[in-house]
Amino acid sequence: MTLELVPARELAFQLYDVLGVEALCQRPPFAEHSRATFDAALETAQRLADDLFRPHNRKADLEEPRIENGKVRLVPEVKAALAAFAEAGFFAAHRHESLGGMQLPWTVAQACATHFHAANVATFSYAFLTIAAANLLEVFAADDLKRLYLKPMAEGRFFGTMALSEPQAGSSLADIRTRATPTPEGFFRIEGGKMWISAGEHELSENIVHLVLARIQGAPAGIKGISLFLVPRFRPDGAFNDVRLAGLNHKMGWRGTVNTVLKLGESGDCRGWLVGPANQGLACMFHMMNEARIVIGLSAAAMAMAGYRLSLDYAKNRPQGRAPDAKDPAQPQMPIIGHTDVKRMLLAQKAAAEGALALGLYCARLVDEQKTAEDESERRDAGLLLDILTPIMKAWSSELGLKANDQAIQIHGGYGYTRDYPVEQLYRDNRLNPIHEGTNGIQSIDLLGRKAVMADGAALKLLLAEFRATAKAAHADLPDYALALGEAIDRIETVTLRLLAGREAHGGPLFLANAWAYLEMLGHTTMAWIWLTQALAARPYADEFGKGKLQACRYVFAWELPKTKALADLLASLDSTTLDMHEAWF
Amino acid sequence: MKVLVAVKRVVDYNVKIRVKSDNTGVETANVKMSMNPFDEIGVEEAVRLKEAGKATEIVAVSMGPQACQETIRTALAMGADRGILVLTDAELQPLAVAKILKVLCDKEQPGLVILGKQAIDDDCNQTGQMLAALLDWPQATFASKLELGVSDARVTREIDGGLETITVTLPAVLTTDLRLNEPRYASLPNIMKAKKKPIDTVDPASLGVDVAPRLSTLKVNEPAKRQAGVKVATVADLVAKLKTEAKVI
Ligand SMILES: Cc1cc2nc3c(=O)[nH]c(=O)nc-3n(C[C@H](O)[C@H](O)[C@H](O)COP(=O)(O)OP(=O)(O)OC[C@H]3O[C@@H](n4cnc5c(N)ncnc54)[C@H](O)[C@@H]3O)c2cc1C
Repeated sequence: MTLELVPARELAFQLYDVLGVEALCQRPPFAEHSRATFDAALETAQRLADDLFRPHNRKADLEEPRIENGKVRLVPEVKAALAAFAEAGFFAAHRHESLGGMQLPWTVAQACATHFHAANVATFSYAFLTIAAANLLEVFAADDLKRLYLKPMAEGRFFGTMALSEPQAGSSLADIRTRATPTPEGFFRIEGGKMWISAGEHELSENIVHLVLARIQGAPAGIKGISLFLVPRFRPDGAFNDVRLAGLNHKMGWRGTVNTVLKLGESGDCRGWLVGPANQGLACMFHMMNEARIVIGLSAAAMAMAGYRLSLDYAKNRPQGRAPDAKDPAQPQMPIIGHTDVKRMLLAQKAAAEGALALGLYCARLVDEQKTAEDESERRDAGLLLDILTPIMKAWSSELGLKANDQAIQIHGGYGYTRDYPVEQLYRDNRLNPIHEGTNGIQSIDLLGRKAVMADGAALKLLLAEFRATAKAAHADLPDYALALGEAIDRIETVTLRLLAGREAHGGPLFLANAWAYLEMLGHTTMAWIWLTQALAARPYADEFGKGKLQACRYVFAWELPKTKALADLLASLDSTTLDMHEAWF
Repeated sequence: MKVLVAVKRVVDYNVKIRVKSDNTGVETANVKMSMNPFDEIGVEEAVRLKEAGKATEIVAVSMGPQACQETIRTALAMGADRGILVLTDAELQPLAVAKILKVLCDKEQPGLVILGKQAIDDDCNQTGQMLAALLDWPQATFASKLELGVSDARVTREIDGGLETITVTLPAVLTTDLRLNEPRYASLPNIMKAKKKPIDTVDPASLGVDVAPRLSTLKVNEPAKRQAGVKVATVADLVAKLKTEAKVI
């Protein structure tokens, strides 16, 4: 018997009870679907993840990718798993039928994905990077490029990468140096070096499609001069395209994913094809950023879920100690789940994992709304909500998810610190999520500096209105939570106004100085809100599942939401401690 | 040749079975259900026969409540052509299932019927044998290899001492063992195609079968809890314990 890392019942609850995804079947793109097809897809995903991804998760971690005779060597199970993933049609799950897709709603496709994130994120990353790259091509690439690359990517024959970062330009992509020179033939000659490129070189697929950010000669400085290029490993005629592997990075986690340093055009013969308009490469990238960052948040949630389920199982089976009031040493020891402090750590993990999962699927649902809602204003609102929720989902979910994995280790005691148990690897794998796709610090600045204030605060207002609607719906049955959530919403409004006034009076640096505290405050409040929606949706269930949902909601309102009071105080005081600190004083 | 496969909806093999608090049976409310793993092997074998050009049509049959339709859909997504749902909320014991299958075989005239050697919920291991007796057809149980000819089939069977190979004339009843094949996953495109495949619904009465249980369940209990193990210091200790305490050597 294998332990379910992401329980099927949990996903069914999120999809059908919380999010009502069956209603999507009334929209034309999803008209062929019903709960039965969603369930069948979820079932295939769970099996595939359990049978072919999970078993080599540890092996691929221990046997890191290495270069042998100039080629990247991975454990063979990676290729077999991805081939089965392709065979089952998952590269095209959400794509149109004409591309061999199942036209699954993005929400359901993401729910399927959680099984793979939890089972083996390193192997799955080859697939989700490919899917993300293909999503971008579908929106921005010219038809001839689509013809050449999109179908093979949808079939899982070509894999994709995102080649943005360079050694000197990570958070600050404005500073990239890779150059693109136009040629009369229409393609560009690419020259430069890329750093950190996941899945940048391997023998898993027939071809690798790099999406490369580069600067066209003479383009304006900064982000307004960056363009996006499709740079294949092999050109359509099969010729090598002068993308060379310069080395591998040796990482703390995600070890099964080969991470590469790439040299482009060392022999002057690397060709790239422009994707989207010139000088708008970052805008194109950002178009997909909401989706990519939600995927990262969901990955963190799925790994938190895996750690939670594993440590729950451990806690039920590890006898240690006796109840505080048990005086008889001859009594057998009790399973540690009987200790209140262990239950605290399990509750915290449950709150983090299921809360982040719920929020991530809610965001995925917004992506579906943005694309398929009936009227224009609904689509626009979904887009605004996504804009403001994306940094929260990415940063707060990766923050909570990592903390949850930390607690999973703690529950295992010394055993959790050894490589004999899987929780230490989960922690190492999950440690990436606060870093990539925009560090969490960058997310907090994005949240306060852009998203909360954009369009006269329209996105924030919309989000708070959503929160209020839930508080109102909870008023009759769960009045204490409704009240507490209402107060937290008031705090956000007051603090945001205070910060804006502070910006007027003292300028941008002070305004953004405590952006992280602002993200924490919104993070806690968003979690409380999503837990209240879960508690409301769980009302029909009188069994242990339903009781567990209510208790976790209680935990969030008792232990987490009150933290927003201290954060609000700090923010409202326009505290400048961090800003005033001098380098020399460290 | 037409192949008929029986597919049973059971509590998923990953679910930890819990006995109902009133000891009348096993908890199935809000529990994940899926196709009996031995039946999946049966469907897979039928699909391979069709892919090899040896079978022309695969009919998947399931019996029980409406939800059994999902199990049939899974079979259709794996490659079966159509389904028959025998709808009933009654408890179905192996004899009743065998009788229903007998009537369906009389109607459908398959060249081969494939069943799992047992279902993982009740572990009876009876239905295939009973069906063969009712039909008066040859049976090849615990199959780990099948070579289908035009009028007969060579079947390798897993028996206690090893493997046994027999030949049965067709039509015949085959029950699957674990090593027969590795069932495929229902791929996403095939899940969509399965939606368009037909499922007929009938009920036991219309087939003229009385499904009333012949056995009654008195009580269902959890198995005794496993005792904690002990650590032994040396191999000699282990051997001594196996001799004197476990008495297995
Ligand atoms: C395992 C792994 C896989 C990766 N895969 C890819 C990939 O496939 N493709 C790709 O293009 N990139 C990839 N990356 C790169 C990743 O996106 C970057 O590491 C990330 O964007 C941070 O950039 P950096 O490492 O240069 O750190 P820096 O940008 O140097 O940041 C260092 C610290 O400074 C902070 N900081 C930086 N600028 C600011 C600012 N303006 N305000 C406040 N704080 C700031 C950051 O928050 C961070 O804490 C990967 C990285 C890793 C580790």
